[in-house]
Amino acid sequence: MKYTYFPGCSLKGLGRAYEESLLPVMRHLGVELAELDDWNCCGATAYMSVDEAKAGVLAARNLAIAEKAGPYDLLTPCSACYLVLNKTKHNITDFPEIRDTIHRALRSANLAYTGNTQVRHPLDVLVHDVGLDAIKSRVVRPLKGLKVAPYYGCQVVRPYSTFDDAWNPTTMDRLLAALGADVVPFPLKTKCCGGSLTGTVPEAGLRLTYILLKEAVRRGADVIATICPLCQFNLDAYHDQIDRRWGRTRIATVYFTQLMGLTFGFSPKQLGLNRNFVPMNPLATEPKAMAQRSQSVRGAP
Amino acid sequence: MKHENSNGDVRIGFYICHCGANIAGTVDCPAVAAYAAKLPGVVVSRDYKYMCSDPGQELIQQDIREHRLSRVVVASCSPLLHEQTFRNACAAGGLNPFYFQMVNVREHDSWVHTDRAEATAKAKALAHAAIRRVRFHRALETAKVRIHPDVLVVGGGIAGIHAALTLGNAGKQVYLVEREPSIGGHMAKFDKTFPTLDCAACILTPKMSAVRSHQNITLWTCSEVVKVEGYVGNYTVTVKRKPRYVNEELCVGCQECIKACVFKEGKFPDEFNVGLSKRKPIYIPFPQAVPQVVLIDPERCIQVKTGRCKQTCLEACADRHAIDFTQKEQLVEIKVGNIIVATGFKLFDAKRIPQYGYGLYPNVVTSIELERLVTSSGPTAGDIVLRDGRTPKSVGFILCVGSRDLKTNRWCSRTCCMHSMKLAQLVREHTDADVTVFYMDIRAPGKGCEEFYDKSLKEGIQFVRGRVAEVTDWALAPEEEGKLVIRVEDTLAGFVRRIPVDMIVLAVGMEPQADAQEVRRLFNMSCGSEGWFLEKHPKLAPVSTFTDGVFIAGCCQGPKDIPDSIAQAGAAAAEALALIDKGYIEQEPNTAYIEEADCSGCKSCIPLCPYTAIAFDEAKQKATINAALCKGCGTCVAACPSGSIRQNLFEDEEIFSEIEGVLSYA
Repeated sequence: MKYTYFPGCSLKGLGRAYEESLLPVMRHLGVELAELDDWNCCGATAYMSVDEAKAGVLAARNLAIAEKAGPYDLLTPCSACYLVLNKTKHNITDFPEIRDTIHRALRSANLAYTGNTQVRHPLDVLVHDVGLDAIKSRVVRPLKGLKVAPYYGCQVVRPYSTFDDAWNPTTMDRLLAALGADVVPFPLKTKCCGGSLTGTVPEAGLRLTYILLKEAVRRGADVIATICPLCQFNLDAYHDQIDRRWGRTRIATVYFTQLMGLTFGFSPKQLGLNRNFVPMNPLATEPKAMAQRSQSVRGAP
Repeated sequence: MKHENSNGDVRIGFYICHCGANIAGTVDCPAVAAYAAKLPGVVVSRDYKYMCSDPGQELIQQDIREHRLSRVVVASCSPLLHEQTFRNACAAGGLNPFYFQMVNVREHDSWVHTDRAEATAKAKALAHAAIRRVRFHRALETAKVRIHPDVLVVGGGIAGIHAALTLGNAGKQVYLVEREPSIGGHMAKFDKTFPTLDCAACILTPKMSAVRSHQNITLWTCSEVVKVEGYVGNYTVTVKRKPRYVNEELCVGCQECIKACVFKEGKFPDEFNVGLSKRKPIYIPFPQAVPQVVLIDPERCIQVKTGRCKQTCLEACADRHAIDFTQKEQLVEIKVGNIIVATGFKLFDAKRIPQYGYGLYPNVVTSIELERLVTSSGPTAGDIVLRDGRTPKSVGFILCVGSRDLKTNRWCSRTCCMHSMKLAQLVREHTDADVTVFYMDIRAPGKGCEEFYDKSLKEGIQFVRGRVAEVTDWALAPEEEGKLVIRVEDTLAGFVRRIPVDMIVLAVGMEPQADAQEVRRLFNMSCGSEGWFLEKHPKLAPVSTFTDGVFIAGCCQGPKDIPDSIAQAGAAAAEALALIDKGYIEQEPNTAYIEEADCSGCKSCIPLCPYTAIAFDEAKQKATINAALCKGCGTCVAACPSGSIRQNLFEDEEIFSEIEGVLSYA
């Protein structure tokens, strides 16, 4: 099983813990990832809203060089990259005018994109290509008794809902259950995390982040599992400000790949868990304590 | 071609119709008439504003007499609409009606093209083809086929019941076939009906009993139609009668057996109460069920499943001996002349819109669930309660759930606005709850319906205009704690609102039945793109289908309320009666026949005939075709290796001349 890997800027920066956990987990499962050579910024959602055509060209260059790299699906862990690359692919297929502009631009760099390379998310690949049985067979330390709120964010499921339901996705729920976790019913699983509003209009953005955190706590979750670097950052980084506005609401937010790595026997540090602002309860990550999880206290200092 | 008939001196009259601007707006009709006038054999060629009008038909008759026409071609609309009109006109003028040929320059030309020159050229080509064809036409006679007077009604909801009673009262024998153990359909589950708020059971159950006691109606419940053969007037229908393990003739409905069942309490979801209560494996669907006969659920009954039950029900039934575990599924064949399909609808599955939380939050219910709660015969004896037994202090109705929605169903289900307002009024009547209705548009077009809306407003029911975004259980303010919160953009107030309520009612829309496609094939009907059964004409033939003798009524044709269903049922019954009382149908003489001299007796046509109309004459060693059974499908004509089977109205020379006519047009 081989994929071309498009990390995007987040996984090299703020979201590096995502890459630190994704790569060993994939290797452990026998999935080969070849990082795309000379990849560039996906343009993110910001550029799309300024100039759709140019943003499309920027993203399409990645699709074109991925197609050149071989007949492999393009793996994009970051939700924003995943959405922008998929949107560009759709635009090229559905809108001849955009297609012409993009093709002209690509041609000037001696590149072409035929639409054959598929854009895939690791969650999709892990559950549908690798399979839950294969994953289960690698679990040495199940997340027994750990109550996890699965949080998908919006961009992976909407608007394209390529591999799961747009409003009630269940892929990660099933994956977490396979790892032995208690999956907390979390109807807010695709509700907005605040996105970039946490930085630009904090009153609006932080409120959205707060709702997710407090509801995860209220529903008895020990930890929130996410699949998006921006969601993880928003849910992890603003606890001080949220505490000041609405009172103390502490819960850790980690990548689903980090939880997978723990069950496979990797150390928290190997998986970048030391990078969290709100760390996961150390008891939850130690093999010895796994059996005594029932006594563990939720949240961290 | 050896079958040269009447190919000599023919005198053809050609007419092209303007159909107002329908044809003339795109096709240059005078130019087509001028073109046709020059074709060989054409002695009269005219264009006229409305050929189907009386003066138009008179024109044809006059020309037949004055110009001694021997053939007539009319270029106008689809033969489905007016072929018979013009054939009659020919006959009135003294010409055999089958010397007529129709050209469709409306549906096939003017309505589907925009370029006037090209559309006119196409009209000329089609006219050329018909004029070449018609010279080979022969004088034919229509055959009359007797109509079987019995009628099959499929579906025992309010539409099927009304159709069966109408026919039965007219003295016709009716078979009413219902899949469920009782007739009554959806209406039997309703508490009251809008806009009059009269009791649904009080107006329905007398009709149900009338069906049961009617001497002309044979009621078969737990039964399904599995095969339909034949044609208008002469259908042979096979009905599968599933065992109910209780003899309908012997059971008196005393229900002692239900009390005696080894299951002391109800354990399985009760279908009639949409799962809100439990029933035993032996049960009666609801108190007023017709027939008033117990049945046994083979999926749940220990005796049926394993054969190892104490059979306390048998003891309770004692010497009535109504319970019969030896019952088997039966196939019964009946003969009928007409069929009325009234198979109804199914409700939209609210789980398909996860944002509304049905199945996730216990106090999100569907409109039919609330209907059962409101009913005094329902699981709570008429108390509107939350799942924990409390009485709701506030109730929100969400309209258009699975209706008018591009992501699920595009159509308006027509009844949910009124149904929701009715339930809202009943909630106000039964509780002190505040009621808010979330709507996109209130559609209350029926008689007395706008007045009902007005009454709802006056009674203090709140209306918020906006499509609800989501239903959540998380609170942002103290008054939201423990409530369900409806998030909606109030499009009249112009801002997003959060409205906390105790109970949410989803007004789920109507959908075609899950097996609508199979039923469609069974009765040889069509479905529209949405899956509702297609009427022959949306305005002029609303209960007919494209198969003669098969009619549709009620919600299987599209969402409608009770009065509209009844109206359609009555109309379908009247259509069937019109055919029955005429006594016969005239068959199109487009039957196949055999040129005996050429038949080699190979028999390859015999198994191909879908109507078993071909037999083999052992004495002559030739195939013979029974014209009464032949439906003119043409399969044998195409298959005959020696070309000895021919078909009236589709003779080789007729078809070839027609093709050549199009190809050689210049």
